[in-house]
Formats: sequence, structure tokens, C-alpha cells
Amino acid sequence: MTAEAETELLETTLDELKHLFSSRAETGETVVLNMGPQHPSTHGVLRLIVELDGEIVVNAVPDIGFLHTGIEKNMEAKTYLKALTMTDRLDYLNTMGNNLVYCLAIEKLMDVKVPPRAQVIRVILAELQRLASHLVWLGTHTADIASQSILFYAFREREKVMDICEMVSGQRMMTSYIRPGGLWRDVPAGFEEAVRDFLAYLPHRLDEYEALLTDNPIWLDRTKGIGVIDAETALAWGVTGASLRGSGVNFDIRKAMPYCGYEEYDFDVPLGQNGDVFDRYLCRMQEFRQSIRIIEQALKKLPKGPVMTDNRKVAPPPRSELGRSMEAVIHHFKLWTEGFSAPKGEVYMAVESPRGELGVFLVGNGGPKPHRVHWRTPSFVNLQAMPLMCQNHYVADVVGIIGSIDIVLGDTDR
Amino acid sequence: MTPIEKTLVALKAKFADSIEQVVEFRGETTAWVKREALIEVLRFLKESPELHYTFLANLTAYDDWPEEPRFKVVYQLREMTGPVNFRVKCAVSGESAELPTATGLFLNANWHERELFDMFGIKFTGHPDLRRLLMPADWEGHPLRKDYPLGYEEVEFTFNFEEIEKKKPYAKE
Repeated sequence: MTAEAETELLETTLDELKHLFSSRAETGETVVLNMGPQHPSTHGVLRLIVELDGEIVVNAVPDIGFLHTGIEKNMEAKTYLKALTMTDRLDYLNTMGNNLVYCLAIEKLMDVKVPPRAQVIRVILAELQRLASHLVWLGTHTADIASQSILFYAFREREKVMDICEMVSGQRMMTSYIRPGGLWRDVPAGFEEAVRDFLAYLPHRLDEYEALLTDNPIWLDRTKGIGVIDAETALAWGVTGASLRGSGVNFDIRKAMPYCGYEEYDFDVPLGQNGDVFDRYLCRMQEFRQSIRIIEQALKKLPKGPVMTDNRKVAPPPRSELGRSMEAVIHHFKLWTEGFSAPKGEVYMAVESPRGELGVFLVGNGGPKPHRVHWRTPSFVNLQAMPLMCQNHYVADVVGIIGSIDIVLGDTDR
Repeated sequence: MTPIEKTLVALKAKFADSIEQVVEFRGETTAWVKREALIEVLRFLKESPELHYTFLANLTAYDDWPEEPRFKVVYQLREMTGPVNFRVKCAVSGESAELPTATGLFLNANWHERELFDMFGIKFTGHPDLRRLLMPADWEGHPLRKDYPLGYEEVEFTFNFEEIEKKKPYAKE
């Protein structure tokens, strides 16, 4: 590209965005700078256009869509079950949670009951996934602003959750294990021991990380008073999850609108006070412990029984029935060729993902394919409030703020 | 009286002509609102001290093409203390796909509306920054419309030839 063409391109882009920056940018008093999309601390492909006064951020404009893969459009062209495999690809750190909310939405739309054993296993897996996701958050967040070593420790711990995922579904990440009506199949022998081993192993490690960080003066310097958002502003921007609870708002969907029997578990909702990067960090560190508490209770009460609903219009019959029941053969054939049909109607189902409120708005049209699946993703909504948190901070703190709201760009761009 | 019943009574008392219908499905309540009154209804739901639906949990749309009005825009509101969930829906025709913006009431409507503009081509009048959000700025068409092809051709048979031929993206004329 020639130099003139390049300048022209830059000029047109800035012209379109002129209304987003202060008038000082036009006179050259402040500098408009491009950050990302290929930047190691934007946690994927987030592009920020920041206006700087010296080193101070005047305004930041996120530019998203680099990871847009048209998942919502694609899901409309697939049967409900086939579309499930795409949910893994949205928020790739919370695959079980994505499977879960999609299946819960289908179950709500079709009014299907899930057996108790499947409910409890779903809770165990969702909480394990929360631990894994928070470990990635901890590793990348600390690597961004203070300490490289925790990244490697956290990924070592996460590998144990990935092993459990592989154990139950055959896949480390793209699990598709939770299915409409229950689970793909029962957990294998050794699952409970593997989870118990992990639970015995993790708390001690968490203590070590907290010892490294919570009172570390460098960490405190980089996090205290940075990226402050008060409760009222956070709610007005629709912020959810630990980013909201860091500002002191007690809102957790597991408590407020329980699903999968979360009301039967005893756990606390950690809250912050100041709404800065440090309080969001503290909230997530305590959420680790609460998730461990939930999994311990779930393991204790794990009932015996089937893991798939016996509603044959949704779930395939067991293999053993196919040899002796004509009806089972018909159901099997219909389910694997045409898929199941959901009634006309629409539901909104939300769960608490590691990042906040993950919602699915599902519209059925009476046929085997969804009419519309909309993903209300926490990263998308929380990211909108990020420019506000960045204002009047150093440009070096922007990476800390991005880390503290824990975005996943697959989740943002869908 | 449940909070939802209270909401419906208050809404019907104030906007008797603008509420088209109320639908209950799987424990979720939806009120269909006329386009002219949409912002006033949202403002009433948000600012009335008894109702207090201050949180916009979700804002999305879907396309019912070839039915008219084809677009349905869906506002998922939440009262945070209960919490109480309430849905407001508004039908938008394809010819004048325009709605007044809700960014004045809910700050997070900003990106949601940009996404709907990008994906469905619904214009939100009064929006401060209505640009494409997810697709590239020079993209043509609105991908989530039902008459936007997914990228592959459907196989034509004698029984569905005419139906598919109608919506095939040929250069006609």
C-alpha cells in the first residue's frame, strides 16, 4: 500500500469516529492511538482506540467483531441437538456452562424434566468449569500487570479440570456433554475420586497465590483504586457477575433465580466494596472457595439413577431397547434423522457464568430447528462499561482493567 | 397480587390503548406494545417507583419473514430486588424498520441496538453512535435476516423448486 493510500484510510476511519473523541484530538493536543487487536493483553482480539493526554486515557473506544463467527445464524440452520456443538465455541473457557444454559432453555421451552442425578452432575461440572475459567482469569490477569509465574501455576491447575472434562466427555474443551434432557451418558468410574483429588489439591494452591498477591505492594499499587465503577453506574450499564459484585451489589443468578437445584446448596456470594480492580480480584478469589464448597456438597448428595429424561420425544432410547421394541426403533430413527421439535413460543433462560449473566433467548417455531437463538453474553455487556473505568487512568492500567472484567472475545463476538 | 400482576394492572391502567396483548408462556410474561408508545412504556416501567424495572437484562430481535410486520424487538427487563422478569415486545415492519432508541433510559442498550442495526438493519432513531458492531464496516446486507442466505445453496427438487427459486440470490432483472 502506498503512503498516500494508507493516510487516506486512516483519515476516513478517524472521521467516522470523530464524535467519540474530544475536540482536543482534532487539534493534536491529545493523541489517538490504536491498541490491538493483536495485543497479548487484550485477551483475544479486542481492538481499543484510545485517546491519550500524555499517558492518561481520555477516552477508550472498543472495536469488537474480529472473532464474529455467525454462530447465531448457523444455529438457526441446524437441529436443536446439532446446534449444541456450536455453544462450546462461544465462550471457550466456559464450555460446560454454555452447554448448560442452552439445554436449560430447550428444556424450559419443551417443558422437559431432568432426573436428579443429571442435575447434580451438571452443578459439579458447571462449578468445575468456573474454577477452570477463574484459573485462566487469574493467570492472565496477573501476567498482564504484575507476575508472570502465576500464569504457569494456574494453567497447571486448570489442566486437572480439563482432564476431568476429558474423562466424562472425551474432549478437553469442546465437551458438548450436557444434552437437552440430561447428559450425554453417565460419568465414568473414577470420576468422583478425580474430583475429590482436585478439591483436596486446589485450596492449598489458592492459599499460595493469595500469599503471593493479596498483600503484595506491587499488586496493590497496580489494582487499588484503579478502574473504579460504583454500584449504580454498574447496574445502569447492565454489568453482571463478579464485576458487579466487586461494586457491592449482591446479585448472583444462582441465588436470585436458581436453576439446577442451586437453592439446595449452601454457599455465600462474595462482595466487594470499592468496585476497583482489587475488589473484583478479591471477589473472584473467594468465588473459588465457594465453588469448592458447592462441589463438595454436590458430591456428598450425588444420587443414583438415570442421567437422561425418559421422555422419548427428546432423548434417544437406550441401545438395549432397540432390539425388542418397535417404538424405540421409531423414536431412535426420528431423533437421529429429523431431530425433536420444540413448540411455538419463546423463553429467556439465564445462568451465572464465570463472567456474569449468560442468557439464551430461544424462539421455537414448532419445527426441529430453532427460529432464533440469541446469546446475551456477559463479556459483551460488561465490555461496554470498560471505557468508563479506563478514563483518567494511565494507559498501562487499561490492561489491568480489561483483565479485571474478565472478557472472552469468543463470548463477546459470537 | 404477584409483582407481575401488579405490573400488568399498572400498565393497562396507564397505556390501555398501547398494549396489544399479553402472553404468558412457561411462566414468563410478555407484553406486546405499539411502536408509538414503546419508549413511554419502557420509561414508565423503569421510573415508576412501584415497578422499578431498572435493569435491561437483554435486548434482541428476531425476523419472521415473509410475515409482516417481520421484525419483533424484545426488551427483557428486570426488577433487581425480587428479581422480577418482564418482557416487552414491539413489532416492526420491514418497509420502515425504525424504532426510537432506548439508550436514554438504559445505557447498555447502546451496543445491543448497534448489534440489531448490524444484524437486522433496524434503525434506532436518536442513537448516538449507530454503526455496525460485529460485521466489517463495509459489509452489505444484514446477516440475521431470514432472507439473507447462509452461504450455501439449498438443493432444488420438483416439489420445492418454485419455493426455493423465489428466494435464490440471483441477479434478477
